[in-house]
Amino acid sequence: MKPVPLATPDTQEWLDRIDAGELTVPRCTACASSFLYPRSSCPRCGARSVELVPAAGTGVLLSFVVNHRAPAGFEAPYALGVVRLAEGPHLTGVVRTDRPDLLEVDAAVRVGFEERGERRVVCFDLEEAGR
Amino acid sequence: MSVRGTDLRGAIAIVGAAESTDLGKIPDKSALELHVDAALNALADCGLAPADIDGVASAGELPNDIADYLGIVPEYLDGTNVGGSSYMLHVRHAMAAISAGLCETVLVTHGESGRSRIGMTPWAPAPQSFMAQLEIPHGPVGAPSLFPMGVRRYMAEYGMTREQLALVPVVQRQWAAMNPRAKLRDPITVEDVFASPVIADPVHLLHCCLVTDGGGALVLTSAERARSLDLPNPPVYVLGAGESSESSVVSGLESLTSSRAIRLGGERALAQSGVAHADVDHLMVYDAFAHVPIYGLEDLGFVGRGEAPAFIEDGHTAPGGSLPMNTNGGGLSYTHTGMYGMFAIQESVRQVRGTAPAQVDGVDISVCTGVGGMFMSSGTLVLGSAATL
Ligand SMILES: [Zn+2]
Repeated sequence: MKPVPLATPDTQEWLDRIDAGELTVPRCTACASSFLYPRSSCPRCGARSVELVPAAGTGVLLSFVVNHRAPAGFEAPYALGVVRLAEGPHLTGVVRTDRPDLLEVDAAVRVGFEERGERRVVCFDLEEAGR
Repeated sequence: MSVRGTDLRGAIAIVGAAESTDLGKIPDKSALELHVDAALNALADCGLAPADIDGVASAGELPNDIADYLGIVPEYLDGTNVGGSSYMLHVRHAMAAISAGLCETVLVTHGESGRSRIGMTPWAPAPQSFMAQLEIPHGPVGAPSLFPMGVRRYMAEYGMTREQLALVPVVQRQWAAMNPRAKLRDPITVEDVFASPVIADPVHLLHCCLVTDGGGALVLTSAERARSLDLPNPPVYVLGAGESSESSVVSGLESLTSSRAIRLGGERALAQSGVAHADVDHLMVYDAFAHVPIYGLEDLGFVGRGEAPAFIEDGHTAPGGSLPMNTNGGGLSYTHTGMYGMFAIQESVRQVRGTAPAQVDGVDISVCTGVGGMFMSSGTLVLGSAATL
């Protein structure tokens, strides 16, 4: 079985909303900086007031590897990348494509979700691929 | 940046340095025993006994356990564990502690049963760690997927070719060929790298480090005390040291084509030492994967941004080159137990002493950089002979 994240109190709501099919980006209500991973305080100013803002759902593929070996539940080859979201922060996820060999950095991507039982995990689809 | 700690330049010396008796596959020693084996070898190397040690630093195993096993009664303990660079940090912290008079002689130990896994807790990220929440659900194949995540971007931004990336293990194997203790010594070509199994494209098996058993240890004391001891080997002085850290998940790193931790730790170490890049005779850069020395050369300022691949291709880091690098063969060919930093320090010490198997002529200054996690931490040491004081 593919693994799912086990939440801590500071990531619980962020992960709950992903399970509900919504990606959010944590933002400091004091200095307005956005950041990931989710934290209960702001890494820029230290304020303890953080809100989860719905993400635009778009981003740019900063870099990736194409895994030719796979942990249990995954089927190689597949692309694992780091995406810069439109809001700024970066997120790791699988880029869903039939041709990972054709993937290039700076590709425009859209946030998607992969269902894993009751849970969901964020992944990315190529913008040009039929959306 | 203000230059801090310049008064500590050369304040302490590495008087004892040794690795475990064996390296590679050691089925008859636990991880803790590998610390102890290396510690006893390092003590023998400087003619001291456990009773002469009043400070212990280690990562992997707890320093209190190292002390107790060896019968040391410590007044200083440093259990800093930020991955493979931890030993560089131990040296830096000991520099401060010894200079401040908190202790006199510090033993730093490393030991890992990385291959045989004897006495080792099976490695897995804590289930609620950032890595387990943010990365593991997406199917990385461990470090080979995550550590080289930025390589594609580096290739796109700076035009590094796959051939240039493959030259890192090829050149390091040239060094390993001269080192009888190196695990892999047969020469390899760029074609051999391409022919090795693809792990996480662009990373092939030969871009990845070994997995071995082994240990290493250092004995540190003040330069003043070093002069009063009857040492079998010349002391190697710590001219500068620096450390830094950033995110333990790759999506949290400031850049995917540069390591902020290497940059800041390196700046600090070089500034403290007062050493100019041109004066550095020898370099060690932690090489868990082939791209790490490329990032290191640039982040330490030895070459400009994007220039490291051509620098390596032109032979500067190879035998006979202007900046010999990873002269033991590195984690790619020599040994890699898991937290390799200790072995990088050992090779720097050997080169400054003039006792390395692949000895470079006239090494007075060696720079040694460790990395922890996937660039989550880094520590750099500038080591020098007595002539550099
Ligand atoms: Zn803030």
